[in-house]
Amino acid sequence: MSNVLINAPKTAKSGELIELKALIMHPMETGFRPGTNGRIIPRNIIQRFVATWNGEEIFSMAFSPAIAANPFVSFFVVARQSGTVELHWTGDEGFDVKEQVAIAVG
Amino acid sequence: MTSRAAIALLIAAFAASYALAQGSDDKRRSGYQDMGEALQKMQDDDSANPGMLFVQLGRQLWDKKAGSADKACADCHAIAVMKGVAARYPAIPQGADTPIDLEGRINLCRTEQQRGAPFPPEDQELLALEAWVAYQSRGEPIAPPDDPRLAPFRAQGEALFRLRRGQLDLSCAICHDDNAGKKLAGATIPQGHPNGYPVYRLEWQTLGSLKRRLRNCLFGIRAETPAWSAPDYVALELYLMQRARGLPIEVPAVRP
Ligand code: HEC
Ligand code: HEC
Repeated sequence: MSNVLINAPKTAKSGELIELKALIMHPMETGFRPGTNGRIIPRNIIQRFVATWNGEEIFSMAFSPAIAANPFVSFFVVARQSGTVELHWTGDEGFDVKEQVAIAVG
Repeated sequence: MTSRAAIALLIAAFAASYALAQGSDDKRRSGYQDMGEALQKMQDDDSANPGMLFVQLGRQLWDKKAGSADKACADCHAIAVMKGVAARYPAIPQGADTPIDLEGRINLCRTEQQRGAPFPPEDQELLALEAWVAYQSRGEPIAPPDDPRLAPFRAQGEALFRLRRGQLDLSCAICHDDNAGKKLAGATIPQGHPNGYPVYRLEWQTLGSLKRRLRNCLFGIRAETPAWSAPDYVALELYLMQRARGLPIEVPAVRP
């Protein structure tokens, strides 16, 4: 069950600078911590986040084990045309979550 | 409503409820008021407050059938009825004579109504359900019930609050009554109010219960921590809720 909170404007003026914010539930297990049995808990992190607007990449970032659990990403983009922003997180253990938001630009 | 307007409203709501709760000689402060501005903003912004992920998870679980009765919480309760509930727990359930906290109440429904296995302490689903239920009371003033049967348990809680213990020989009162507002290492000692629980604590990197917080405080003074199921925590919570009467529920609060 994926669990994401996205904050994006529903509408924007053409050429306006808008902020997109996204929070995702994820343990971001570092791979360096021993569990209660003394054995290292295997690494389980998000590795990559990519945002596209109508299919064109507008923002991406690589994650590292030093990033805290339930990571929050915020970035700015210039609104150019109406369409769909897709946010895509991929990581260890086959983690693969996609969310979409529609933004009308006028 | 834009999210910015919603945030502004929320801040106004907290400010207003603090003003209400605090007459001129009322020196009580929520832990929120002792945090830096960055953390206050994180708590106030529902799209940056990681506790909201658990509220959202709780909303999904609320509708999910579970247990051998194959019933969801939503089959028996309208969520709107949960408004104010978190503000008046712990309480004594019907047919019983000892108080339980909100997570105890949820576990009671889990075992007796859904006929499923009880959630273990700090279980993510339990915390999420508790956050979803308590979220319905956000902004509501803490209002412990008048039930006279609670008095002896509350008195026991107050005695535990004043009990010196651990290798450091400290009581809750020494820190949270006598030295609140001063620094302990890097942290400001808050007055120790329970109005934000379950909270998203950055140090934990997850949502955690009041019990977990109290165990941390006990561990910090190198005292023995009572078992998770010990009645001490409910007694302490009864006293803490009485002491915080009128402060608004902040769930899901963020704490350092
Ligand atoms: C040595 C001082 C000390 C003692 C003794 C102590 N605490 Fe605390 N307590 C703290 C500090 C410091 C914090 C805040 C930690 C932080 O912000 O990281 C805290 C946090 C809390 C909170 C959370 C407040 C909030 O706003 O989220 C509660 C509730 C609490 N304590 C209750 C208790 C109780 C009950 C006891 C006794 C069983 C106790 N404490 C004993 C220092 C103490
Ligand atoms: C088969 C019906 C049933 C199901 C399913 C059920 N409950 Fe309950 N619940 C009850 C009854 C009955 C009470 C007691 C009502 C009373 O005492 O007034 C109650 C009480 C409560 C209360 C306390 C309300 C108050 O006003 O004090 C909470 C909180 C609660 N349930 C949460 C839950 C949650 C969370 C779930 C799902 C995990 C759940 N319940 C599932 C029947 C149910």
